[in-house]
Amino acid sequence: MRIAVCVKQIPDPAAPYELDPETHFVVRPEDQVLDDTDRYGVEVALQLAEAAGDDASVTLVSMSPSGSLQGIRQALAMGADKAVIVDDASLRGADALTTSRVIAAAIGREGYDVVVAGTESTDGYTGVVPQQIAEVLGAPSLTFARKVEAVDGKIRIERQTQAGYDVVEAAPPVLLTVTSGAVEPRYPTFKGIMQAKQKPIDTLTCTDLGVTADNQQVITSVDPVPARQAGEIVEDEGEGHLRIVAMLEEAKVI
Amino acid sequence: MKTWVFAEARDGAAAANALEGLAKARELGGDIAVFYLGAGSNDAFAVLGDHGATSVYHLPAGESLPAPAAAAAMAELAGSEAPDLILFGMGNTERDVAGRLSVRLGRPVLANAVDITADEDGLVVTNEILGGTTRVASRSTGDGAAIVITRPKAFTAEPAGGGVPEVVAVASPDVGHAGEAGVLERHEEVAEGPDLEAADVVVSGGRGIGSGDEFEMIDRLAELLGAAVGATRAVVDAGWVPYSYQVGQTGKTVKPTIYLACAISGAMQHLVGMKDSSTIIAINKDPDAPIFGVADLGIVGDVHKVVPALIEALEARG
Ligand SMILES: Cc1cc2nc3c(=O)[nH]c(=O)nc-3n(C[C@H](O)[C@H](O)[C@H](O)COP(=O)(O)OP(=O)(O)OC[C@H]3O[C@@H](n4cnc5c(N)ncnc54)[C@H](O)[C@@H]3O)c2cc1C
Ligand SMILES: Nc1ncnc2c1ncn2[C@@H]1O[C@H](COP(=O)(O)O)[C@@H](O)[C@H]1O
Repeated sequence: MRIAVCVKQIPDPAAPYELDPETHFVVRPEDQVLDDTDRYGVEVALQLAEAAGDDASVTLVSMSPSGSLQGIRQALAMGADKAVIVDDASLRGADALTTSRVIAAAIGREGYDVVVAGTESTDGYTGVVPQQIAEVLGAPSLTFARKVEAVDGKIRIERQTQAGYDVVEAAPPVLLTVTSGAVEPRYPTFKGIMQAKQKPIDTLTCTDLGVTADNQQVITSVDPVPARQAGEIVEDEGEGHLRIVAMLEEAKVI
Repeated sequence: MKTWVFAEARDGAAAANALEGLAKARELGGDIAVFYLGAGSNDAFAVLGDHGATSVYHLPAGESLPAPAAAAAMAELAGSEAPDLILFGMGNTERDVAGRLSVRLGRPVLANAVDITADEDGLVVTNEILGGTTRVASRSTGDGAAIVITRPKAFTAEPAGGGVPEVVAVASPDVGHAGEAGVLERHEEVAEGPDLEAADVVVSGGRGIGSGDEFEMIDRLAELLGAAVGATRAVVDAGWVPYSYQVGQTGKTVKPTIYLACAISGAMQHLVGMKDSSTIIAINKDPDAPIFGVADLGIVGDVHKVVPALIEALEARG
């Protein structure tokens, strides 16, 4: 089973984001981290590969400036076999459609049975890149999985719905997106971290993939939203609940 | 100006997000059609007419995940009907269809929109990024429809007194393997009490509650206040409550009179879903918790002391 996992490197969410005043794009530091959302995808891929046995492979696919590749190393250290990075100057500020075409081309070039992605990225959160990739590849998409298993050669998931969940399955080739409730991602072991240094990382350009960046989205303005005023902060010394009761009364909800 | 609004059928009627989309479409003016996916009825279609749709394209859903076929059908219709704007709400099926349609039409998706306006150069879509702290206005360039996914409650649904729309049955196109994701079972996880999205008071619990059993005090408090129960994603992922309780970027958006956040840190993905509540009250033991930055009243204390005391005080009032 050939498994491709879409992983995104993002600026550390703990550090404040900066937008380039000219292009309005997020400034991408040299050191980017693995999007936490994608650790769940990597874990699902590793579990599927472990269940499938010896000739299963897990390939990371990412479109990002190569930089220090710290985020990619993190995912390799968890146990993925190799990585394919698409890095091309023409892809700065790429919209979701362009991103998905590029990633789909890279996945198609490697060959795949299962593609795993997150439901939405922490920094971009358009939440449609995986579905776009599936459409480009002509694959079914099992989206919003809160549980994933391989059953009789098919992938079966519990798919979150607005009302509850559905049990859905499809035969490979298939794409799935996983929520952070699906699995508990493993931490890289020391051995894993050492091994990750030797694992192959291929870097491709748009020319290698035969795709061109065709951005159809332009940002016209960026403005801060006025922040909500913080109110009163009270230390609870056994009377805190009375303040809440008073406020509920004031709002006439009790 | 020609606008399409995508509607997924939930319980035999259009999802609320479609009616919100229709409100925006009416404001923009022009021709309005709904692409309706799932079990429909004359009543369901009449509601769409009342909210401004003059026609409805109806594609019933079968026993597979419907997004690939729905996107193909929409793309084909768009070829002849040439809509300028296609609106989606922020549900799971909505995102599946929007993403696939985007590829079919070769048009980008502008997600997380909180406003859409028209000027002489076309449509401007405003979305919020970085947890709702920054607003970005953008346009899609080139020819063809703008595909937009809107944030819940960005627009207010309101009937406009329109007549019965013309209903056009749409055949399900064959999309090959992409359409072969079979639905084996459907499960509903019904929440008790008032509807979270419509409730006047919401009591939400976070990971700091400690466990699924301890979460019952949140249920009890909500019951006493006639409130709906909400939760953070951390709580949903831990399996203490179903996904339908989740408030935030990837869950529901609520704007109640009172939002009572119990042991919730206030991550930006949570704040997006509740920061527009009229009054926010937070209980957290960490005085530096970001939730206090948006709270009208912040109680720094142990949720296991403050909430039981509050329950007792409310019970005493009868
Ligand atoms: C792409 C993406 C989408 C997301 N979407 C959502 C979303 O829709 N909704 C959402 O909620 N989150 C979402 N998240 C997750 C979000 O980033 C946070 O991880 C989550 O909101 C944290 O939940 P929490 O506040 O319950 O837990 P924590 O952040 O762990 O906070 C627990 C809090 O409880 C307090 N506490 C602990 N014990 C006590 C006690 N005894 N008394 C009082 N206080 C106590 C602690 O001080 C702490 O502040 C998303 C994340 C990503 C990356
Ligand atoms: N640049 C990227 N490289 C690799 N995967 C990506 C990229 N952007 C998005 N994805 C995948 O698509 C998911 C959803 O991202 P988004 O649509 O940006 O919210 C992520 O969790 C990733 O799995």
